Amino acid sequence: MSDRKPIYLDYSATTPVDPRVAQKMIPFLTEDYGNPASRSHPYGWTAEKAVENAREEVAKLVNADPREIVWTSGATESNNLAIKGAAHFYAEGKGKHIITAATEHKAVLDTVRELEREGYEATYLQPEADGLIAIEKFKAAIRPDTVLASIMLVNNEIGVIQDIEALGNVCRANNVIFHVDAAQATGKVVIDLEKLPVDLMSFSAHKTYGPKGIGALYVRRKPRIRIEAQMHGGGHERGMRSGTLATHQIAGMGEAFRIAREEMASENERIRMLRDRLLHGLLDIEETYVNGDLDHRVPHNLNVSFNFVEGESLIMAIKGIAVSSGSACTSASLEPSYVLRALGRSDELAHSSIRFSIGRFTTEADVDYTIDLLKSKIDKLRELSPLWEMFKDGIDLSKVEWAEH
Amino acid sequence: MLPWLSKTAGNATSRHIYGRNVRDAVEAARKQIAECVGVQASQVVFTSGGTEANNFAVKGITANLTPTQILVSAIEHPCVSRPAQSLAWHDWQVQSIKTNAQGVIDLADAEEKLNTRTGLVSVMLANNETGAIQPIAELAALTRYKGALLHTDAVQAFGKLAVNFETLGVHAMTISSHKIGGPVGVGALILDKRVDIGPLLHGGGQERGLRSGTENVAGIVGFAEACKLATETLKTRSLAQTKLRNGLEVGLQGLDAVIFGQQAERLPNTSFFAIPNIEGETLVTALDKAGYAVASGSACSSDSTEPSHVLLAMGVDSDLARSAIRVSLGESNSESEVQGFLKALQQEVKRLKGLNAVAA
Repeated sequence: MSDRKPIYLDYSATTPVDPRVAQKMIPFLTEDYGNPASRSHPYGWTAEKAVENAREEVAKLVNADPREIVWTSGATESNNLAIKGAAHFYAEGKGKHIITAATEHKAVLDTVRELEREGYEATYLQPEADGLIAIEKFKAAIRPDTVLASIMLVNNEIGVIQDIEALGNVCRANNVIFHVDAAQATGKVVIDLEKLPVDLMSFSAHKTYGPKGIGALYVRRKPRIRIEAQMHGGGHERGMRSGTLATHQIAGMGEAFRIAREEMASENERIRMLRDRLLHGLLDIEETYVNGDLDHRVPHNLNVSFNFVEGESLIMAIKGIAVSSGSACTSASLEPSYVLRALGRSDELAHSSIRFSIGRFTTEADVDYTIDLLKSKIDKLRELSPLWEMFKDGIDLSKVEWAEH
Repeated sequence: MLPWLSKTAGNATSRHIYGRNVRDAVEAARKQIAECVGVQASQVVFTSGGTEANNFAVKGITANLTPTQILVSAIEHPCVSRPAQSLAWHDWQVQSIKTNAQGVIDLADAEEKLNTRTGLVSVMLANNETGAIQPIAELAALTRYKGALLHTDAVQAFGKLAVNFETLGVHAMTISSHKIGGPVGVGALILDKRVDIGPLLHGGGQERGLRSGTENVAGIVGFAEACKLATETLKTRSLAQTKLRNGLEVGLQGLDAVIFGQQAERLPNTSFFAIPNIEGETLVTALDKAGYAVASGSACSSDSTEPSHVLLAMGVDSDLARSAIRVSLGESNSESEVQGFLKALQQEVKRLKGLNAVAA
């Protein structure tokens, strides 16, 4: 392989910072370094103005009121704050049962597990084979003591879009607080919080061409949703989240969300074309399966399993592209993706899955290179596979009785 | 930092080269920061700043202890005292360590309140308002004797004093990037490896499970560079700022100012004072018009009109406390700026006293 850097197709793990975003951030690192909470001098005022402009940009992308946006250090913190904050606040009046999905991000699942240790009960809904949550099953899971439900808008591994409106309506009808992790959704799907029956929504900057280390939580004002702060201190963000505001980070997130709002429509069309090109190219390969529904899905994501190929060997073989075999957070482990397992995929197929995620700087040439690379490497790997040989000989592998050693 | 804000993509947990590059940068930064405070890299846990690190220390350490007693000083930053107070809901007994008139904690009071049921003690290394340095190493000897864990918030001290984790003898220490010339939005909790601490944020399991969330790589790299620079220039800066501050305070005494904590060992850059009978907030606004950005208290509480809790703890009466002004000097300040400031202060004080006389 040449010295050039691999082609980046891992936009769901993180996006590069858009150069326009970086330009917006730099002045706040060097010249305008005031603390937005300093009320008595212009250094503070300039910073405060930048923070409030950014808050407006974030609110605009999701059609919310700027006063409903609380800054955090990222989507992980937003998810922790929303789930623990609302559960703690409302448990006394409502109860200690929480509903979430088995395919949520770890920041949601681990937070719910932490609440279980505190004495809450949780239902982890299994999605259908297409990755979507069935409304009837969701409805059936609701109990009189259900205080909160947390379902993500766009899945980080398979890109499927949940029917948030329908789920939210069920929550409203049952007086359940509804949290939505939208970290993977901003700039990819239209979000209208004036219409959506959602109480709390988590956002991240670094999945939408903004910097790492900044995010936000939407907290509905009408009807007013209350959360218990998880970080105490100076009382910033109307007491919901203390800590000196990182002006440069916030300005960067605002700019990233402004660009997303303005360019989303055209960008998504371009990305859809690239995705379709990639999809058709890869489906030329025999025994290839797309994971997750293709219709209710953001165009940025394509998650594919290649049967009769061992996942680790595949990852090693395709070093010319940067992709992941699960979400970034869990890709250091060799466990098969828990998301694909929840979809009912076999261990073998879950193990041989690759997540391709396409973004703002992906080109047609990148896609074509990827298709050629996958075709040639999978051919080679299958040549070495006795299972592939048996399959080609027409042997039904599921009926083979393997001898024990 | 800038390369990490440009098109250098990569999530530190991804296994491809983009992820590895980010991971390498984060680990190099961790090592550099560890060296600056005299610990091993594995003892550094990155957070989103001092507030998170302090919340993490107080809540995380107590989460794994049987509820007993927690001791914090009366002059702690709210991001230590409020999490401590919140523990009262979880059956902790929260007690406060008194300070003397100079703003230094009373070790005898600490010793009296410490007992074998004390789980955690948290006292800052230097106060953010007065700059008074606290006797942490002495306190550490007392707490160790009682078997309690000790946390220190070193946010204000780090970068202005030589800070060594081992010498202080603490179990946990908070540091922050933006108080030492690094970017806002990043900090760290330094931990003794024997401390059993639970995470504040749950999720992807970053920072060995102690702090989930995608690493803020640009911030972390900037923090490490700031640590390195602050450590290298510590001595020269300290001497220069002490000289400036002393010059400032000679001038202040000529204006009948009361200087808080002047007898205490203080950070070289801080002067906290009051001109009796002149509202601090009014003076700050007037000085701002004259071109000097100072504060009437700490930044995070400067929009509240309550007098400083630090001054009240020192026994200052609330009228005088309302007159307080904090000047904190940075590297870029000069002797002539200090003299200019004194002149402006003198004029404003004269003008405001005149107005007071008319009103009276």
